[in-house]
Amino acid sequence: MARSDVQLMLDVKAGDDSSFEFLLQKYRSPLVNFLGRMVRDRAQAEDLAQEVFLRVYRARKLYTPSAKFTTWLFRIATNLALNSVRDSRYQKMSVSLDAPAHDEDSAPMELPAPEMRIDEHIMERDRNEFIRRAIWSLPEKQRAAVLLHKYEEMDYEQIAKILECSESALKSLLFRAYESLRVQLAPLVTRPATPMARQAGERRPS
Amino acid sequence: MKCENVANELILYLDNRSKLADRQEIEQHLAVCAACRARAEEFRKVWMTLDDLPVVEPSFGFDARVRQRIAAEPQRKWFGWFVPQPRLAFSAALLIALCVWLAKMPANRIGTGVSSTLQQEDFSAIQNLGVLENYDVVTKMDALSQLVPDTGDQPSGTDQDTRGGRDNGGV
Repeated sequence: MARSDVQLMLDVKAGDDSSFEFLLQKYRSPLVNFLGRMVRDRAQAEDLAQEVFLRVYRARKLYTPSAKFTTWLFRIATNLALNSVRDSRYQKMSVSLDAPAHDEDSAPMELPAPEMRIDEHIMERDRNEFIRRAIWSLPEKQRAAVLLHKYEEMDYEQIAKILECSESALKSLLFRAYESLRVQLAPLVTRPATPMARQAGERRPS
Repeated sequence: MKCENVANELILYLDNRSKLADRQEIEQHLAVCAACRARAEEFRKVWMTLDDLPVVEPSFGFDARVRQRIAAEPQRKWFGWFVPQPRLAFSAALLIALCVWLAKMPANRIGTGVSSTLQQEDFSAIQNLGVLENYDVVTKMDALSQLVPDTGDQPSGTDQDTRGGRDNGGV
């Protein structure tokens, strides 16, 4: 019988490092995906995801199963991401004018699928970039709420615990976030997605 | 249900997570309100558009880097419990320093020492007053023996003064 996440974590607490390996395998993709969408830099997202696992490991001796494991895990991830976004914003403000040009907003290069025509690929890339920028343009907390709701498919109670707010505050936060996205993505919502984009969307973790 | 109420519940409704009663009310509203219906439709399209965003996968070697970082963590020894936390150690050091400082303070600067010094000074000052030097002469005056002794029936001057003060205050 498969052990629950809480049981795995309790086993880690008892000194079973192989249970930590299970948790690493299970949550590395969702965490990197979440953090990759929260912060703009992919390498930074990976560093943060590693930091999350490190903190989980460090806290193993003090772990008490008071909430769902994913709530605890994503609360650590969200707090790290929010701090990182704020820190990088301050760094950006203090960057010298004679610092070398550096496009921080640029997304990592996406290679076209072999069966895709180059013009389709460009359209696809532009479309993805447009969506990414729309998400990044949201205030940090709204962005986290949308990512947890839309992509991690968490319920309101869990998201509210992660963001440390009430459920009614979360409702309002999500409404404002989707309202902003509705306005920003208006040029896209009328255009149908390319088949590859649809497949990419279907690959997202459930 | 009003438009602003629908707006608050719309995400839950589109999520299929709203209560049955709320759901029915929202549907009734959407049937008659074109603006809310259009917004709900656009929200749905936004969600479908957001689905197009590619997944960010961990790079090769991610797990190995996590393991490396964990292996680099300092291991706690069996006497680890004895090593104090930095805050606790700082507080303890501060407390010890305070105790040492208090212990080294001169005794006459603490509490009773100060008051006894003051009493001694007062006594010597009174002793040196000119009036008290003639205390014996004053107490042995004949005129004093003719004064009526205080029986306690009459109110003292202080009380009278106090009452007078009160009366004046009342006026």
